[in-house]
Amino acid sequence: MLKINNLQARVEAAEILKGIDLEVKAGEVHAIMGPNGSGKSTLCQVLGGRDGYEVTGGTVEYLGKDLFELEPEERAREGILLGFQYPVEIPGVKNIYLLKEAYNAQRKHRGEPEADTFQFLKLVREKLKTMQMDESFLHRAVNVGFSGGEKKRNEILQMLVLEPKLALLDETDSGLDIDALKVVSDGVNRLRSPDRAIVLVTHYQRLLSHIEPDFVHVLSDGRIIKSGDKTLAHELERNGYHGIIEEAA
Amino acid sequence: MSTNALSQHYAEQVQRLQDGLPGAIPEWLAGRRRGAAARFSEAGFPDPRQEEWKYTNVRPIAAKPFVAAMTDAPMSEDALRAIGFEGLDAYRMVFVDGRLRAEFSDLADLPSGVTVQGLSEALSSDPDPLEPLLGTLAHDRFSSFAAANMAFLTDGAVIRLGKGVRLERPLHLLIVGSAGGPVTWSHPRVLIQAGEGSEATVIEHYADLEGASGFTNTVTELRAEAGAQLRHYLLQDHADSAYHVGSLFIQQRRDSRVTSHNVNLGGRLVRHDLNVDLTEPGAEIELNGLFLVGGRQHVDTHTRVHHSSPHTTSREQYRGIGQGHGRGVFKGRVLVERGAQKTDAQQHSANLLLSPNAEIDTKPELEIYADDVKCAHGATVGQLDETSMYYLRSRGIDAEAARGMLVFAFADEVLERMELLPVRTSIENRLAARLPEAGAIDVIG
Repeated sequence: MLKINNLQARVEAAEILKGIDLEVKAGEVHAIMGPNGSGKSTLCQVLGGRDGYEVTGGTVEYLGKDLFELEPEERAREGILLGFQYPVEIPGVKNIYLLKEAYNAQRKHRGEPEADTFQFLKLVREKLKTMQMDESFLHRAVNVGFSGGEKKRNEILQMLVLEPKLALLDETDSGLDIDALKVVSDGVNRLRSPDRAIVLVTHYQRLLSHIEPDFVHVLSDGRIIKSGDKTLAHELERNGYHGIIEEAA
Repeated sequence: MSTNALSQHYAEQVQRLQDGLPGAIPEWLAGRRRGAAARFSEAGFPDPRQEEWKYTNVRPIAAKPFVAAMTDAPMSEDALRAIGFEGLDAYRMVFVDGRLRAEFSDLADLPSGVTVQGLSEALSSDPDPLEPLLGTLAHDRFSSFAAANMAFLTDGAVIRLGKGVRLERPLHLLIVGSAGGPVTWSHPRVLIQAGEGSEATVIEHYADLEGASGFTNTVTELRAEAGAQLRHYLLQDHADSAYHVGSLFIQQRRDSRVTSHNVNLGGRLVRHDLNVDLTEPGAEIELNGLFLVGGRQHVDTHTRVHHSSPHTTSREQYRGIGQGHGRGVFKGRVLVERGAQKTDAQQHSANLLLSPNAEIDTKPELEIYADDVKCAHGATVGQLDETSMYYLRSRGIDAEAARGMLVFAFADEVLERMELLPVRTSIENRLAARLPEAGAIDVIG
């Protein structure tokens, strides 16, 4: 589904990604772990298509297409959804309006008619229940006045409604208490399916005890220095990043 | 027309007025009008060298030989429907080129204790009760436009609410400019006297038939007696070739509450002055404003809130959007007098520039002479937030639609304060239609 080949990128003058190779197949859950400043967020933003992140080398292929040929909104319509580390507050735009516009943009892209309001609300209500969110969230401005945990739930709510093929979760676990972490993880686990891939980007191992990954990669200084199965996460927990980085060096 | 010829033109207008005031009008009124005419001919149109007109050069107005419309322009229900607010259940007065058209007005079933009449009719039938209302808040010295309005006064609306009366339905003053004929000016005057504990909503709505390029010079005087609750809409949706200067004067007594919604969408050159005097404790004003300037439009709004008594409150929120070569100005002055302790004043001006050629100037001015007050102000001019744009696009919404959503949301934070849903919806639709970036917006209430 996603093939990253020797990806290099910089932000302003700083070279952050120094040659990343990663292949993600449908049905798989990958965890990318690494210390602060290792390039985790940059990788997410490059895949999302944010301005200011300049790709200086390498290729990314998504479902056989050159990802960099696609605008951010085209990537989303093709099924990539990026869960933000810091979800953006948008005063004046209601949550339900954003959800509906996003949902219909996808349907339109697939040549399907727009969802009727009643059916759409039914779908959203069901997903709200999964995320243990009150219906009042729909009528509040996107993320405005939400707590950190509510913002993250809202990101996963969007995923449940939009059902991406490739979900990229950037530090979705940071700032969550145990209860919220469980709700968010349950939401993500519901997305698991044989035709969908999930990439979790995280600093901490604790998320991975709720969402069990098939593969774990350690990112350090812009490169993946070690890959393995879920036991690598346990090793990280025991020895810290330090041990693995030294071992790789 | 040359400057000399223009001075000659306006001198003649004034002279005609001096000669032609009908003998039947009472001396107090004749005196005020003559004084105003003298003031106007002496001061002329304002000059950008004057501080209050620094950002707005009225030359385009001064360069045209405006005359009053002499005959009733054709008008139809269909035309009014297109201009009006769909679904609004309101009393209605229609003015065309400044003159009341009773055949299009509907004032049936006004509750007792409420008087609504045309100014011209009121002045010819029973003028004396108007003596304390007309020209007593709006002084000729305020500006030569206010003076011209008084001098060339022809018609307008008089609204008087008796003690404790509640007007259930809003009153819609639809003030329309017609197209064709010589370039016309009109000087509508609106007088609102809200008695003790009365309650009403008045919509002052300026619009044009297509192609109009006249000049509407309006003055409104609004008095809210103790405990009165007034909602006032000042909506300007002229043709883009039209000129508009409007001066609003509000005086509030003890515990009165006035909410003002001021929206500027149309017009070529527009100036609004909103002057509020909070004269007794407990008086409270809320000023909500939105302007959109595009093309070559110029819209200038000045607000002045005068806290002249303790325990008075003002809440002001103005927003501006600039696109094309539009030019916007907001100047908000708050004056807290010595002794006006416990004043609570908040003013916020936020502005959005959508094009590199648009310009908005915003200037808050706080003058505080009391020491136990809460005053806050903030002013911003910025562009659309890139992070918000990226966030929306990352959800599959294309750049154009995302831009539209954000601009609309910015404006709607002011519009959502409107209590009258049909007015709000209609303004939202007109706003969306004027935002080229917002072609795909459908309004969700």
